[in-house]
Amino acid sequence: MSVLSGKELRIVGFLCNWCSYGGADTAGTARAAQPTDLRIIRVPCSGRVNPLFVLKALMNGADGVLVSGCHPRDCHYSAGNFYARRRLEILKEFLPIVGIDPARFEYTWVSASEGQRWKEVVTSFTERIHRLGPAPKWADVTPRYDMPFSAPENRLEPIRPLGCGANPSLPELRESIKKALAEGLEGVLGWKAGFDPLHVEPVFMQTPEEVDHLVWGPFNVHNLANFLPQYKGRRIGVVVKGCDSKGVIELLAEKLIDKDDVTIFGMGCNGTVDLNRVLEKLPEGASVEDVKCSGNTIRVTAGGQEYTVSMQDAAQDKCRQCTNPNAVLSDVFVGPRVTEPMPPADGRSGALRFLDELSLEERMGFWKGQMERCISCHACRSACPMCVCRDHCVSDARDPAWLTREDDVVQKLFFQLIHAQHLAGRCTGCGECQRACPMGIPVFALKQQFGRKIKQIFGYGAGMDVNGVPPLLAYQVEEPNIKEHELS
Amino acid sequence: MSTFYFAAPDALLGWLKKLAADYRVLAPRREGRSVMFRPRTADELTDMDELLRRATASPKGAVIPHSETLVRFSSTKDAENPARLDTTLDAPCGDVPTVLFGCRPCDARGFVVLDRPYLEGRFKDPYYAARREALVIIAQACPTAFSTCFCHWVGGSPAGREGSDILFTAVDGGFVLESVTEKGAKLLEAAGFASGEDRRNEAEAAHRKAEASLGAPSTLENIPARVAARFRDEAFWIKETEKCLSCGACTYLCPTCQCFTITDEGSQLDGRRIRSWDTCMSPLFTLETSGHNPRTEKFKRMRNRISHKFSYYPQSYDGEYSCVGCGRCVVSCPISLDIRQVVKHAVEGAPEAVAEAAPVPAPKPAPARVKASSAASEPASPAGEPKAAPGAEAAPKASAKSEARPRTGGKSKSGKKSR
Ligand code: SF4
Ligand code: SF4
Ligand code: SF4
Ligand code: SF4
Repeated sequence: MSVLSGKELRIVGFLCNWCSYGGADTAGTARAAQPTDLRIIRVPCSGRVNPLFVLKALMNGADGVLVSGCHPRDCHYSAGNFYARRRLEILKEFLPIVGIDPARFEYTWVSASEGQRWKEVVTSFTERIHRLGPAPKWADVTPRYDMPFSAPENRLEPIRPLGCGANPSLPELRESIKKALAEGLEGVLGWKAGFDPLHVEPVFMQTPEEVDHLVWGPFNVHNLANFLPQYKGRRIGVVVKGCDSKGVIELLAEKLIDKDDVTIFGMGCNGTVDLNRVLEKLPEGASVEDVKCSGNTIRVTAGGQEYTVSMQDAAQDKCRQCTNPNAVLSDVFVGPRVTEPMPPADGRSGALRFLDELSLEERMGFWKGQMERCISCHACRSACPMCVCRDHCVSDARDPAWLTREDDVVQKLFFQLIHAQHLAGRCTGCGECQRACPMGIPVFALKQQFGRKIKQIFGYGAGMDVNGVPPLLAYQVEEPNIKEHELS
Repeated sequence: MSTFYFAAPDALLGWLKKLAADYRVLAPRREGRSVMFRPRTADELTDMDELLRRATASPKGAVIPHSETLVRFSSTKDAENPARLDTTLDAPCGDVPTVLFGCRPCDARGFVVLDRPYLEGRFKDPYYAARREALVIIAQACPTAFSTCFCHWVGGSPAGREGSDILFTAVDGGFVLESVTEKGAKLLEAAGFASGEDRRNEAEAAHRKAEASLGAPSTLENIPARVAARFRDEAFWIKETEKCLSCGACTYLCPTCQCFTITDEGSQLDGRRIRSWDTCMSPLFTLETSGHNPRTEKFKRMRNRISHKFSYYPQSYDGEYSCVGCGRCVVSCPISLDIRQVVKHAVEGAPEAVAEAAPVPAPKPAPARVKASSAASEPASPAGEPKAAPGAEAAPKASAKSEARPRTGGKSKSGKKSR
């Protein structure tokens, strides 16, 4: 134990080998007096700093994290720090949503000759962290289990009328799929009735009879883009709602599937339901005998009783603010396109509006309470069309072990941070991660936080353009929306 | 001999509060839209409605926690000889007396399913045994079945007593509590409740009502042998698994899924050897150190899940299934996969099982494509298609052995290390 324990805080520094580490050396050689809280980890390049390094340090109790690299245009590898700048800026913007003060993290540039500057950077960052004091501990915050934004009275008004009536174009859609099968598609991903009239399940239709059982309606919740990579190299089709089509586009943009292999069938979407919002109207566990949908009303017969639910009540949160109800890309679009509303003035989801109102500590408490019931099944990951590592997820690796296998809130939340971080700029907002969660944990909000920051800074939304490049896989020499963070 | 008591809701709550002084009381708690079994303090035991909810996740964590420390180790270097380590080991085995309140009869039966691999046979798991020993199970007879319930397909019932120490039933104005075991009887004797003998018939009527609310009983016969006979029919498993995400939520929610992995966490000098839930739906489950993985495709993993529950386990334990029909895997599956349908399809279209067939290499069955029924409610099923059978008869039970699987008495999996 160091003699300074109690006085020192835990600050982790990631310094690039070629500039900042040299700068720190220069400061040392010049015997410049500097605070001693910083623990330096030398990395080849600031571009090597995986944002997860920073997150892991902060989640596990670091009071501050500093990343320092070569000045822009001076990178030893020419562009490493340009990538770093984008990732780290977005990361800093992300932090408050989980309750971490963004001031606890900083990134800057120090060259090998700037001993004096290094001294100033370390001094000012250390002083800042001392002003903030020790980071709040996950063990100490009060957990919060409720989700007020999901309560019926707090659900956002849809920005367009949603509906659940039968789509008159469904027979035409079936015919076009049969034709495509006859012309050589091996199968088409769609939906069929599930174990009761409220549940619909994905199906890989290969015969005309199977196509006859294709359904389209408010229960078609699954994003079938998820299945496409597993059919890679086979000629298949997929039926999409507007949001699903974005998943297909993003997979195409990232070259994870080949356009020649996939035929996209689209129809205008009037919204889908959050099944729990229908089930909450019924007695617990009721046997559903029949469901009738017309206009915007769902009539459920269960245990001989009829219950009505409006789409207003039952729609998924994403549908309430959806601006792309028609497939953004399709080979066959059946029926009329539904009117696409203007984006809402405040595009924040209910969950983000709620979280934005909380203090940092309250947000920690919120995530602590929510993640407590996570069973680490990782259905959130399996359901995500953009989680393309599939059987090779870093969170499963033991070396390096990002996570322990302990049933612990910090571990479980850190898994969510890995998912969110890997989806930054790639998440198309389909919300499948959250829908799939058997415990009803609002994990989508974490991706939405990255999503809105990416939109603000880079004006980019994933899944809109097959030629698009996710912003964190690119850079500009001059970043119009990223300001230098002055530390000295 | 069972004894019957009657308790009004307040009396029941009062009793639970008293129990909370001497026991860790695990009882349902609402969290978001989920309900979880959690340790509850006396002060928290106030909302009867909450305490009667059916839990989203099973209560198996009471005996096999999601993660548990088997051994703590810490080493110090010898100052004289740094190559020498002084290591202290600490194995925290044992548990505080625990009352599990409000699980359902299927959940209670789940513990019996877990007992067999963990307690029977040559090796008894001391960690499990200690927790099991310390546990008293107070189950609630289901007031009504869920649409996803199928306890009656697998030998249970909404008022089944197997596995419970006490069974309680909601009746007009309160609850009838019935002692099932010695443990339960002791607890009830000390409770000071009035006799419930005169309300027994009300409880029985409630049981009959709940039974009547279940769906149609299973007509499937000879399930273990038929599921085994399906082993080689890869086309069948591929079709059934096409939509599965291979997430494993089903197995983590299941009251009988029992597999675990063992890992060392912390540093080499100071750390923990922990045991944590694992799932056969994960590719890591079977990944070998060599890099070889016998179950790379999700259909092989699903085949294992179904076969373990409906074929391997019954073959090892007197025909008992390792599925208690709680339906959690159906309710919570993100793509609504219905295990009842998979078993039904497996059995009904199965080649006539030749259970005693000689273990000769089975010819590959014709890839008979099973037509998926369009809706679960529709009885039209592959059973009506005799063409599924030819060529597949010789896939005998023995073929299931081509994949390594647990034998009687062993834990289903032990000591597997993730990479
Ligand atoms: S987000 Fe839009 S396209 Fe997707 S289901 Fe909802 S309304 Fe339909
Ligand atoms: S799906 Fe839900 S319970 Fe499962 S790991 Fe993800 S957040 Fe946790
Ligand atoms: S992170 Fe969630 S919302 Fe985003 S693409 Fe994946 S599943 Fe959809
Ligand atoms: S059956 Fe459902 S819950 Fe189980 S692994 Fe497949 S998708 Fe997940």
